[in-house]
This record gives sequence, C-alpha cells and structure tokens, in this order.
Amino acid sequence: MSAILDIRGLTRTHGAGEQAVHALRDVSLAVAPGELVAVMGPSGSGKSTLLTCAGGLDQPTSGEILVDGNDIATLGRSAVAALRRRRIGYVFQDFNLIPALTAAENVALPLELDGTRTRAARKYAEAALQEVGIDELADRFPEDMSGGQRQRVAIARAIVGERRLLLADEPTGALDSETGEAVLRLLRDRCDQHGIAGVLVTHDARHAAWADRVLYLRDGVLVGQAGPLPAADSLLQESR
Amino acid sequence: MSIKHGLLALLREEPKYGYQLRGEFEEATGAIWPLNIGQVYTTLTRLERDGLVRAAAEPVADDGRSRYEITDAGRAELAVWFETPVTRESRPRDELAIKLALALAAPGVDVSAVVQRQRAATMQSLQELTRLKRGDREGEISWLLVLESMIFAAEAEIRWLDHCEAMLLRHRGRPAKPPEQYAEPAADPAEANR
Repeated sequence: MSAILDIRGLTRTHGAGEQAVHALRDVSLAVAPGELVAVMGPSGSGKSTLLTCAGGLDQPTSGEILVDGNDIATLGRSAVAALRRRRIGYVFQDFNLIPALTAAENVALPLELDGTRTRAARKYAEAALQEVGIDELADRFPEDMSGGQRQRVAIARAIVGERRLLLADEPTGALDSETGEAVLRLLRDRCDQHGIAGVLVTHDARHAAWADRVLYLRDGVLVGQAGPLPAADSLLQESR
Repeated sequence: MSIKHGLLALLREEPKYGYQLRGEFEEATGAIWPLNIGQVYTTLTRLERDGLVRAAAEPVADDGRSRYEITDAGRAELAVWFETPVTRESRPRDELAIKLALALAAPGVDVSAVVQRQRAATMQSLQELTRLKRGDREGEISWLLVLESMIFAAEAEIRWLDHCEAMLLRHRGRPAKPPEQYAEPAADPAEANR
C-alpha cells in the first residue's frame, strides 16, 4: 500500500550563511496506512520541526513532503490549508482547545471552517467523541474536564471527518502515566482499526514503544531505528 | 529469584502436588520464569528437609507422590519474606556498563554507535513487551505486574543510555581520566606526594 506520508530528503535550515542552523538534514521517512511511527531524540534534535513540516505548518528548505500523494511544498497556501483541514490531524501536549467552545464545538470547528454545515459537523463531532469514549462530555467546556478528557477531545478533533494522517507532539506530556497510556492505546487503535498513519514525537521510551517503528533524530539527522517487529507469534515463542 | 518462597506462597491456602505448583507459579508470573518439574521437586525436598513443608497424609497420586503442605515454620518464613524488602543487589558484572566503559577506554571504538545500537535493541524489546501488554487487556493482574516490571526495567535502561549519550557529548574532546577516588595509586612518588 502506498504511504500516506512520504518525506523525501527533507532539509530545513533557519537563517543563512555562517548563522545557518540546520534543523533537519536530508531526512526521509514513509508512513503507511495503519502504521504508527515514533520519533525520539534530545531537545533541539529536530523532532518538532519534522512534525510541523509534515503537517504543512512549516516549509522545507528543500525536499518533498507528500501527504496522500500531494506535495505540500509545491501546493499553494490555500491548498495546503485545505489539505490540513481535511486530511491531517494534530494533537499537542497542551491540547490547544478553545476554552469558549464545548467539546463538541471544538471537535466540529475544523469541519465548519471547511464549509460543513453546523448540524452535519455536530454529527461528525459526536461520532468522533464517541470513538474516543467521551460522547457524554459533548456539551462540557474544557475547563470542566480532566487533562485526560481534554486530550481525548483533542484527539477526537484530530480524527474527525476523513483524516488520514495523525501528528502528535508529546501528546502525553501533561498527563499522568496511566492516563498517558490510555491516550497511546487510543492512538494505536486509530491506526490499527482505521488505517490512519500516525507520527508520534515523544521523549518517553515507554510511549514510543507503542509504535511500529521508533526513529532517532540527533542534530537534525536520522541516526537509527528500532523495529519493525517480527510477527506476533514468533515473539511469544521468544519470550517464553 | 526465590523459587523457595514462591512455592511456600502457593502452598499457603491448601496442600498441592508438585505439578500443580509448577502450573500455578507459571500462571501467576506469565511464564516469564519457566520452572521445570525437577526444580520444583528439588526445592520441595529442600523445604521438607528444613521443616518448612511436609508430605500431606492424603491423598496420594497415581504415581505415588503425595501433596505437600506448609508447616508453621514455613508460614513464619513466608511472613518474613513478604515483610522484608528485596535488596537491590549490586550487579558486579553488568555487561552493558562494562562494555561502555571499555569502549571509552579502547581507542577506535565509536562509543556513540555502541550506545545507539544498544538503545535500538532495548527499544525493540520494549516494543515487544508493550505488544504483549496491548494484546492482553483483560489479563491476570499478577502477570501484568510482572510485565510492567520488565517494561520499567527496559525504560530505565533506555533513559540511562540517553543520559550516557548526553554525557559523552559534553565530555567529547576532554582527555580520559578516571575520577579521583577510583584512580590507581600513582607510581611516581612526586605524584603521590602532591
């Protein structure tokens, strides 16, 4: 199956000449439908830049970024914005929910911005909230929810409609370990059951281990990879 | 690992046969530490010699073996085991720590590459453990505890490797010199008198 996210030779340089900072150097990465890839590395290694480039929030200095076959480096600004609204979901450490909107309104927002009628958007939002297990909180405001519930709303917003690519930047950073694990389980299930491609940036090995592959970035360069895993039954044999 | 105390714990409720103990031990620990039946009977023999278990009078199995039951001394021993924290054994031969130390000492070894290879390998076992956990949502709580213990250990090793990598970067270029308290006594008297 062809990759949903296909990054080829991505370089991102800030500044020029002597002052140039190479945030990413010649990074290539393909993520297939149903695959969850984790990116690890120390602070300043380029993890978040990789994610913002993949999501069309930042422009590469050189290289290609194909999302569902569209090179976002060559698309116009409005086409990238449309792709972001329809195909790409983001989950951030600090949730980024709008406090004045209820859970359902937060989730429905990207659809409404994209022209979906309010009533239809609300239906999609309710379905997404149900998928993340908090449909009963649809009319609650973010401040009346726990951290774990807010992150579920953020995930619902990231998967609402027909999104194919889920980008998560330290999604468990603000959560305790049990709640963080529930969030990982949810991301994992989205990939397994709905064929979404996921990229997870984390500094936490325990959370990265939920991914099919774990990539290491250092100074903007991919330096290594763990996985993909062998088939499940051979693994059980080994552990015994 | 204490097979001795594990068997005593399983005998706390009622007398059991050796094969039964083996099965229950593996069930509780998710077969992470498989026991062979020989180990079980050797341990039972030692426990019997020390007066911590005895052969139960009835019934006797077809193969002539009898069930074992815990004695009062056995119960006391078990109580002490549960009440006493396990000491963190110093691992005098932690192969990984030794490998990294020697990689630093040996000229021409790319220590960062050693760290990265190890981290990828440990991450892979962490992924495998996580997959076991993922597939077992309704699993036995005792088995999940054992699994989590292994997950935490793998996680700790990865964090330690991250830390090593950061330290290596900071120390890059500095001459290798052991810490003062571990330094060999200097052969040169002038050095020693400093």
